[in-house]
Amino acid sequence: MEWLSNNVLKHLREVSEMPDLPGVRYRLGEVLGRGGMGVVYRAHDLELQRDVALKVLAIGDTDSERMQREAQVLARIEHPGIVPVHDVGTLEDGRVFYTMKLVRGSRLDEYCRQPHPVPDLLRLFQRICEPIAFAHSQGIVHRDLKPANIMVGQFGEVLVLDWGVARVLSEPEPDGEVIGTQNYMSPEQSAGLNTDIDARSDVYAMGCILQGLVQKPAKPLRSIARKATAPERDRRYSSTVELADDIGRYLDGLPVSAHPESILDRARRLLSNNRTLVALILAYLMMRILLFWFART
Amino acid sequence: MDTDTRIGSGDGRFPETRHSAIAAARSGTPADRAVAHESIVAAYWKPVYKYIRIKWKSSNEDAKDLTQGFFLRALEKDFFDGYRPEKGTFRTYLRVCLDAFLANERQASQRLKRGGGTILLPLDFTTAEGELQQIEIAQDDSPDRFFAREWTRSIFENALLALREECAAQGKQIHYDLFERYDLAASDARATYASLAAEFGLSSVTVNNYLASVRRGFRRIVIRILRELTSSEEEFRSEARALLGAEL
Repeated sequence: MEWLSNNVLKHLREVSEMPDLPGVRYRLGEVLGRGGMGVVYRAHDLELQRDVALKVLAIGDTDSERMQREAQVLARIEHPGIVPVHDVGTLEDGRVFYTMKLVRGSRLDEYCRQPHPVPDLLRLFQRICEPIAFAHSQGIVHRDLKPANIMVGQFGEVLVLDWGVARVLSEPEPDGEVIGTQNYMSPEQSAGLNTDIDARSDVYAMGCILQGLVQKPAKPLRSIARKATAPERDRRYSSTVELADDIGRYLDGLPVSAHPESILDRARRLLSNNRTLVALILAYLMMRILLFWFART
Repeated sequence: MDTDTRIGSGDGRFPETRHSAIAAARSGTPADRAVAHESIVAAYWKPVYKYIRIKWKSSNEDAKDLTQGFFLRALEKDFFDGYRPEKGTFRTYLRVCLDAFLANERQASQRLKRGGGTILLPLDFTTAEGELQQIEIAQDDSPDRFFAREWTRSIFENALLALREECAAQGKQIHYDLFERYDLAASDARATYASLAAEFGLSSVTVNNYLASVRRGFRRIVIRILRELTSSEEEFRSEARALLGAEL
């Protein structure tokens, strides 16, 4: 047999993994990404004449049920911040696939490599909290929130991706299996306590994301992140809505629930919120002092 | 920072995969162990030989002796009994054992006393040595990366041999020939579907279908080999990703 060069090895890998699409309505394009469970390709929908993203179970991954479940979970949570699913199917080789809207933009970790003003980043963070809060209201916990699973579009819109390991709270799940990503996983996830997982587990991950989002954060922001990532669930925000509200209060220059203010903190905040007024008062006082001094001399 | 999603048991208990040569090598009957050992040698001897030649900078003759010695010692001393799936993949374990074995051998310099150049396992070192001359070795190749790539090459070669036999047995020689002409050709010498169709007297659609069917067969055989070489579902998935998903 001929020697298999590195190029041939690479080609064999690609063709081995490539889904066979005869019989389905999509023409395959390039690989867009690779996740824990599947590979995402660009594909062209021949019927509707549009590009879509096609996610197919990775070769060797036998967990068709999980993939199918991901598509069902996505179909249940219709929100502008969650990628809509178009179609689910099974390839000839038995692998499950689904197609979804093709998202254009950059991952949050890539987006953050460019410098952005802190208020813009915080408003972006608030927008990420919205679809997650919506999923929570539908009884679904993402369980794997991290910058790589958040997409930022060209106009600052956000999309939360990769719901493959989401926990549907109405479905019982035994303890033991550890699901999530190290560095973003709540203590209950790390311990495999799946029955303890709820919205606060996602709050924890969002707290970790917040810590990475803002370099050298102000004291109140540090307190917000600390509260979100409290090891005990009861000490965290009860929802991402609460977390986003606290961020909003910080942006509006109001006291945040996570940070009890000292008199000095309060004075500093009031000073920074009312700079113009303080400057006017100071100017007025200076003028009065000068007038008084001239009158005396 | 580890950013990969983790899905796995927290206590390290995984379901055992049936037909696993690794499991049989660790706990089967002596007959099972011998068969399992054969499967392991078939998949790993070339990466081991090339690893010794390139990463340990051994001569051709020394590498032959050390490769033989390593697998024989593994059989005699039940090296593979020490493998614990929860601690990592078998591939990594084997490489760590190999490094330890080579370090010992180098220190004791007992290699010639033990083997003395006798061929003990039927391994085609001439082919392996010929392949070594063609290997593209990157300067920044880590031992892990080098071993993983040669392991991939070895698995694919074994799968291709099995695929060729299977196609011949099923009267699908044309299918295999197309596959060989298209998928095993160097990228700059790869024919188009249209030219293959003209050459083989088929339509482009048939070429496409035949290629898809052989690729499916190839994928099935690769998975079967991987199943043999892993001992748990998690290890299987991790190795499937390493074999088919990671960068070369």
